[in-house]
Amino acid sequence: MFKGSADNKIEAAMSELVPEPRQKPAVPMKPVGINSNLLGYIGIDTIIEQMRKKTMKTGFDFNIMVVGQSGLGKSTLVNTLFKSQVSRKSSGWNREEKIPKTVEIKAIGHVIEEGGVKMKLTVIDTPGFGDQINNENCWEPIEKYINEQYEKFLKEEVNIARKKRIPDTRVHCCLYFISPTGHSLRPLDLEFMKHLSKVVNIIPVIAKADTMTLEEKTEFKQRVRKELEVNGIEFYPQKEFDEDLEDKTENDKIRQESMPFAVVGSDKEYQVNGKRILGRKTPWGVIEVENLNHCEFALLRDFVIRTHLQDLKEVTHNIHYETYRAKRLNDNGGLPPVTAETEENHESNL
Amino acid sequence: MAKQPPAQFTNPETPGYVGFANLPNQVHRKSVKKGFEFTLMVVGESGLGKSTLINSLFLTDLYPERIIPGAAEKIERTVQIEASTVEIEERGVKLRLTVVDTPGYGDAINCRDCFKTIISYIDEQFERYLHDESGLNRRHIVDNRVHCCFYFISPFGHGLKPLDVEFMKAIHNKVNIVPVIAKADTLTLKERERLKKRILDEIEQHGIKIYHLPDAESDEDEDFKEQTKLLKVSIPFCVVGSNQLIEAKGKKVRGRLYPWGVVEVENPEHNDFLKLRTMLITHMQDLQEVTQDLHYENFRSERLKRGGRKIEDEEVNKDQILQEKEAELRRMQEMIARMQAQMQIQMQGGEGDSSAVHGHHV
Repeated sequence: MFKGSADNKIEAAMSELVPEPRQKPAVPMKPVGINSNLLGYIGIDTIIEQMRKKTMKTGFDFNIMVVGQSGLGKSTLVNTLFKSQVSRKSSGWNREEKIPKTVEIKAIGHVIEEGGVKMKLTVIDTPGFGDQINNENCWEPIEKYINEQYEKFLKEEVNIARKKRIPDTRVHCCLYFISPTGHSLRPLDLEFMKHLSKVVNIIPVIAKADTMTLEEKTEFKQRVRKELEVNGIEFYPQKEFDEDLEDKTENDKIRQESMPFAVVGSDKEYQVNGKRILGRKTPWGVIEVENLNHCEFALLRDFVIRTHLQDLKEVTHNIHYETYRAKRLNDNGGLPPVTAETEENHESNL
Repeated sequence: MAKQPPAQFTNPETPGYVGFANLPNQVHRKSVKKGFEFTLMVVGESGLGKSTLINSLFLTDLYPERIIPGAAEKIERTVQIEASTVEIEERGVKLRLTVVDTPGYGDAINCRDCFKTIISYIDEQFERYLHDESGLNRRHIVDNRVHCCFYFISPFGHGLKPLDVEFMKAIHNKVNIVPVIAKADTLTLKERERLKKRILDEIEQHGIKIYHLPDAESDEDEDFKEQTKLLKVSIPFCVVGSNQLIEAKGKKVRGRLYPWGVVEVENPEHNDFLKLRTMLITHMQDLQEVTQDLHYENFRSERLKRGGRKIEDEEVNKDQILQEKEAELRRMQEMIARMQAQMQIQMQGGEGDSSAVHGHHV
């Protein structure tokens, strides 16, 4: 049958693509043994393989947005996450570039492949966020962009002759970079997350975590978690969307202990103990990016890519998008939006 | 040159020795008795390690009961000025150090008004000194002028932020700016060099005047000259602060303990802390002088010029007011004359209408 032939990686990736049955394995998943105690074998489970083949052919989209002040290591982290030069740092951006006067949205797409699975990854960068003297409402362009993607998807969905596979440009995940001051969140962080946690999955990340010792890290994380809770900010994975007890216990542990992940990114390799590892070399030691004793990068990577990737997409589609859709349809009295402009003209004429 | 009567300093081996070569010693002894005053201001966003650095520099705990506010509280807060004074004594020399902290700087979402408070504080100190200097009792003038400002640049950015540029341009004519990059253990050596160069380029590009160490005099010894050269090249300083003692290589050092190694505060290969401390201590006198001779004099001349102009304005106004008052007087006199004429006509003639017509037409 299939168990022997499947590669471990493919199994792991595949398991995230299948909506049912909902297994949430840790990394990596062992091949499932088929229960030979059944009276007879029907063959329903072959559907998994059929879906896998199909998805491998079509590939899938993942759109990740990075938000934070300039210099917090956003581009480097994304490159490290996907082990390729996918962020704008590689596509011609040099360090001499000036800080833009307003927040810009730059989306760059790449196709990366692993174990026969193709992923169309889009990294959406937001240069200029939080860098000005007056940062009031600097989250508005970002909120606008996210809603525009929902609008695009909605328009396509409502179309009479719609495409079989609607191109998904919606933001599935937003990594928000917190500056490692060691004190607390900044007012801008609170404002941004308050506004955006309702429209997109926000994963707060503590950037450049090699600035803090272990105690400082633990204290800071506790402080940030408390502040987020006190201010009613629901970051991903949101409590209300836990589907069953298993989800809840797993997510609780992540929410209350690991998040926000304190990460270090690097695209340089060094030789440590005979192995080549990604890291940062300083006069007092080498910081290993994938060493859990040094930083939590591996946890973030496993969380976003290996275990919760599909869930991120689902929450975006089933919850955030549906909220937007419901609001949109309500606003238009149940009519599908023909063009946003003509609708508005109608309204103004009345 | 009058010959002083030989005092106990007469050196019998050199006849004609007057003894005023001993003057510097007398000055030195007097100043040691009097003690030194120094005011240092620290400016920078919260969380950049300012307090830790100050505590490390002066081996004290300037902020024992410090409460760090959360983000929600910071939204409401404006920039405060907090001055704390410590008296440090070392080998009989007393230093009265005042550290002026500026919590709230750079925290708000809109930092437009961030530096107004700070600039008014600096001006206020100058104003007070000017007032004292022009006063009657000049014996015990307290010098609270800011002699030096450590401006903290974030090591996480790619250089200067717009706020950094605006602030430094606003105060570079009022105070000596020493740019400092704290939490330097975030950066590898290459990143540090790159950041320093970037910052120096941007400072030049925007015409910001930071404090420049004076070149060593030609009569100083080689070591000092070498040291000065080294210091000049290392600005802005990349420092790490800590007052925790860590065990490293068999001895106790001040540093930070990471899973991948120990950063030693006083190790010149790890960061520029020693350089910063040396610079501050050896140039404390110079910093005070530049504040007195350059920044204070600038302020004083501006202030006195401005004060003069105000009086001229008032005189001009007085003339105008006088003219206006005279015109008004004339008008009133005319009106009274007319009314008198009318009354006379009314009394003389019976027909009020025709006589009224014949009255003066104004």
